[in-house]
Amino acid sequence: MTARTTTRPVLVRGADVLGQGTQDVLVVDGRIAAVGSDASADAPAGTQRLSADGLVLLPGLVDLHTHLREPGREDAETVSTGSQAAAAGGFTAVFAMANTDPVTDNTEVAERVLDLGRRAGYVDVHPVGAVSKGLAGEELAEIGLMARSRARVRVFSDDGRCVHDARLMRRALEYVKAFDGVVSQHSQDPRLAGATSCCHEGELSGRLGLPGWPAVAEETIVARDVMLARHTGSRVHVAHVSTAGSVEVIRWAKGRGIDVTAEVTPHHLMLTEDLLAGYDPVYKVNPPLRPTEDAQVLQEALADGTIDVVATDHAPHVRQDKEHAFVDAAFGMLGLETALPVVSTVMVRSGRMGWADVARAMSSAPARIARLGTQGQGVVAGAPANLTLVDPDRQTTVDATLSRSLSRNNPWHGRDLVGAVHLTMLRGRVTAREGLVWGTEDVPEEEL
Amino acid sequence: MKHLLSVADLSREEILSVLDTAVSMHEVQHRDVKKLPTLRGRTIINFFFEDSTRTRSSFEIAGKWLSADTINLTGKGTSVSKGESLRDTVLTIDAMGVDMMIVRHPASGAPMQIADWVGCSVVNAGDGTHEHPSQALLDAYSMRRALGDLEGRHVVIVGDLTHSRVLRSNLLCLQRLGAQVTLVAPPTLMPSGIDTWSGTDGFATSYDLDAVLPTADAVMMLRVQRERMSGGYFPTAKEYAVTYGLTKRRLGLLQDHAVICHPGPMNRGLEISADAADAARSLVLDQVSAGVAVRMSILYHLLAGEGSDQ
Amino acid sequence: MSAAQHAGPGRLVLSSDDINRAVRRIAHEILEANKGPEGLLLLGIPTRGAHLARRLGEALRQVEGTEVPVGSLDVTMYRDDLRSQPTRAVEPTDIPGDGVDGKVVVLVDDVLYSGRTVRSALDALADLGRPRAVRLAVLVDRGHRELPIRADYVGKNLPTSHSERVMVRLAEHDGVDAEGVRIAGPADRQGEGE
Repeated sequence: MTARTTTRPVLVRGADVLGQGTQDVLVVDGRIAAVGSDASADAPAGTQRLSADGLVLLPGLVDLHTHLREPGREDAETVSTGSQAAAAGGFTAVFAMANTDPVTDNTEVAERVLDLGRRAGYVDVHPVGAVSKGLAGEELAEIGLMARSRARVRVFSDDGRCVHDARLMRRALEYVKAFDGVVSQHSQDPRLAGATSCCHEGELSGRLGLPGWPAVAEETIVARDVMLARHTGSRVHVAHVSTAGSVEVIRWAKGRGIDVTAEVTPHHLMLTEDLLAGYDPVYKVNPPLRPTEDAQVLQEALADGTIDVVATDHAPHVRQDKEHAFVDAAFGMLGLETALPVVSTVMVRSGRMGWADVARAMSSAPARIARLGTQGQGVVAGAPANLTLVDPDRQTTVDATLSRSLSRNNPWHGRDLVGAVHLTMLRGRVTAREGLVWGTEDVPEEEL
Repeated sequence: MKHLLSVADLSREEILSVLDTAVSMHEVQHRDVKKLPTLRGRTIINFFFEDSTRTRSSFEIAGKWLSADTINLTGKGTSVSKGESLRDTVLTIDAMGVDMMIVRHPASGAPMQIADWVGCSVVNAGDGTHEHPSQALLDAYSMRRALGDLEGRHVVIVGDLTHSRVLRSNLLCLQRLGAQVTLVAPPTLMPSGIDTWSGTDGFATSYDLDAVLPTADAVMMLRVQRERMSGGYFPTAKEYAVTYGLTKRRLGLLQDHAVICHPGPMNRGLEISADAADAARSLVLDQVSAGVAVRMSILYHLLAGEGSDQ
Repeated sequence: MSAAQHAGPGRLVLSSDDINRAVRRIAHEILEANKGPEGLLLLGIPTRGAHLARRLGEALRQVEGTEVPVGSLDVTMYRDDLRSQPTRAVEPTDIPGDGVDGKVVVLVDDVLYSGRTVRSALDALADLGRPRAVRLAVLVDRGHRELPIRADYVGKNLPTSHSERVMVRLAEHDGVDAEGVRIAGPADRQGEGE
């Protein structure tokens, strides 16, 4: 294998574009040159032909919510390994959360994450900036400088912690208006759900004797934040919505024209609280898995657009941070490689969503919220050739040991999911195919 | 039976077998020679990640009287802070070839996780706010000695139910034995979802202690920690004692045969008055003495037939 | 042996009357050896040994006109085969009067086989005190000892093979109609004896 920076033209033949009909797609110089009948005719000499019969073509997936752990916990994940997992999962861009060590609360860390991502070259890695210095929730981080940096940060979040001080949240919302930024809120009132809260508060937490994490601890913050967004005229994004009550508030706010967007994780769509009965920390996540009724409402809200985005909250942890007593174990689960198969299984196979809806929730909407001009532009001539080919009928049994991630905290292990990522293309270059991944340093020479 | 993790895992027959065998064990306690050779050559680790002189020494004596080698380990500070996982910690001990681990842990569920990891038997000696099966079995033993069969008996459990592992095990145990249970606490100290707990029908809840005491055959007072006041669970110790404490006045509401239990340690003057604690009908000291017999029976049930197919 | 294997409930070797005659004879032998009922304490090994001890006590009372104390001694916790057996329910140990010290304890069991139950009983007895002497009375001795133990009083010596089962049924435990001692082949696995 030799490195190369340009790619040959590619003609993707016979793919079902967004599930809306078979079209040929021609990719030249990292852009989509033509779609449809022109594509084949326009293909220059030497074009590689990629047969995509039976495959669905989506715009490259964009994850608004990823933890890459670098800098600080390179034993759990690095920007490189996390972006390999992302490419294997069909993503072409990820947003790396700020709760690293050091925290991404300044230009230096933001640009370092950006550069690490570029060097690896599997996906576009965009740093998320912290809202507050050191995630302490007291003073604003250097939001403006991060926005002006090479990393062009537009998404700000103290994720892992809630910006619970109403005044600080108000100021952050006001401040990001200057550059059309957005504050992504981890909605958890720390007085109602403290650091040890780890099980949905209800019958199960009562029986298991686990500290309860009540739905209302999320819902009161969501309610407060949409009112702050209305007051400030700014944009708020609700990270990992997990309760029916939050959906209700968001639906109400959108109906009033408030600029609120929301994401749901694959695990809150599919996994439910009953999994905690065996105290296995692989199911420990924040916010916690909720009852089936909540998952149902989340699925409906994603389908009807109340929830805009599916975001993974990919949260790798090393074994020794997970193999503790449940309340002592780290929060979080892997998600990048299973996100598309889960959405396919839960939302598409069930008929709740079509592939165009998946493209909206996993590509165009997150790109729009983050104000990315280079991603999520759709499968149209002229757009950057960020593409994901999905085999909609392929059933796979998730095997945690096969992950590209450095960590193995995979709650899907052993589950059968239908729908698999076949190939991922970043600006015309194949970054993943059938589980193999290639970065900028090692693009394969062989024919596609 | 390989492990004793939750009373939920025990059938009514198994509970009765443990309680009946405990009667024989209790008899041994009154002998000059208290040692039985039953568990000779077996090694039992008391692995306590949380202080508990009472439960630890009870299990230790039970093991010694059955001739097992018992070793005490404190697990405090061995886990999260040192970078070693709980799994590493217990696997290290398991690898030494022990036959049983008796685990006390401040985190709910830890003994269940440990039982999944190790090869030896595991006994839950109290996990967080989840369960304390041996305590429930000894409470049932004491109540049966005083009241006979518990079928149809009315047991009232009062106190900090949210944070009580004793409650959870007792509820399961008493229901299997056919007792009617009424839980009494202020709404702030009722476990969440208590009204819909699955597999636990045949119990009621009440906020009014005076209303339920006249029909009680046994009253179990659970410890209320004073630090709960800072969590806003109730305003003052005085208000708690007046509203939910077993005061001298409330003693007068009890039927003549009704007994009083307390798993200890007691907060005299808070959940239980001195009059109640020292009353003739109080089983508090019986409970402690029964504790060793019941734990001997537990060890016997878990370890004696361990090599057989059944 | 072949005949025994074919018998459905086993071959009857002692009827209910035979059992009662054996108990009465043993009562006489005990009184003769002990020169009267003085200092005797009968301890049956549960379950059927305890019933036999009570019958023996009644026989002694009829012969001698005085009550001989009767109790039971559970040996479960002293067995050496606990690990290879399913957990057994522990039966009550009941020592009447002022204990075993200085007494002539007669251990009573239904079947003497390997001798391991008796060894367990001797250990259990040692933990209870110091009898002046310990004797052993059994309804059936079927041979095949694995320890240097013999019975002082035997209802019937019954040569058997290892594969056979000796089943003792007593009215108190098994119902009046079932009473008797039977030998069965390996096919009959309702199990009894030691």
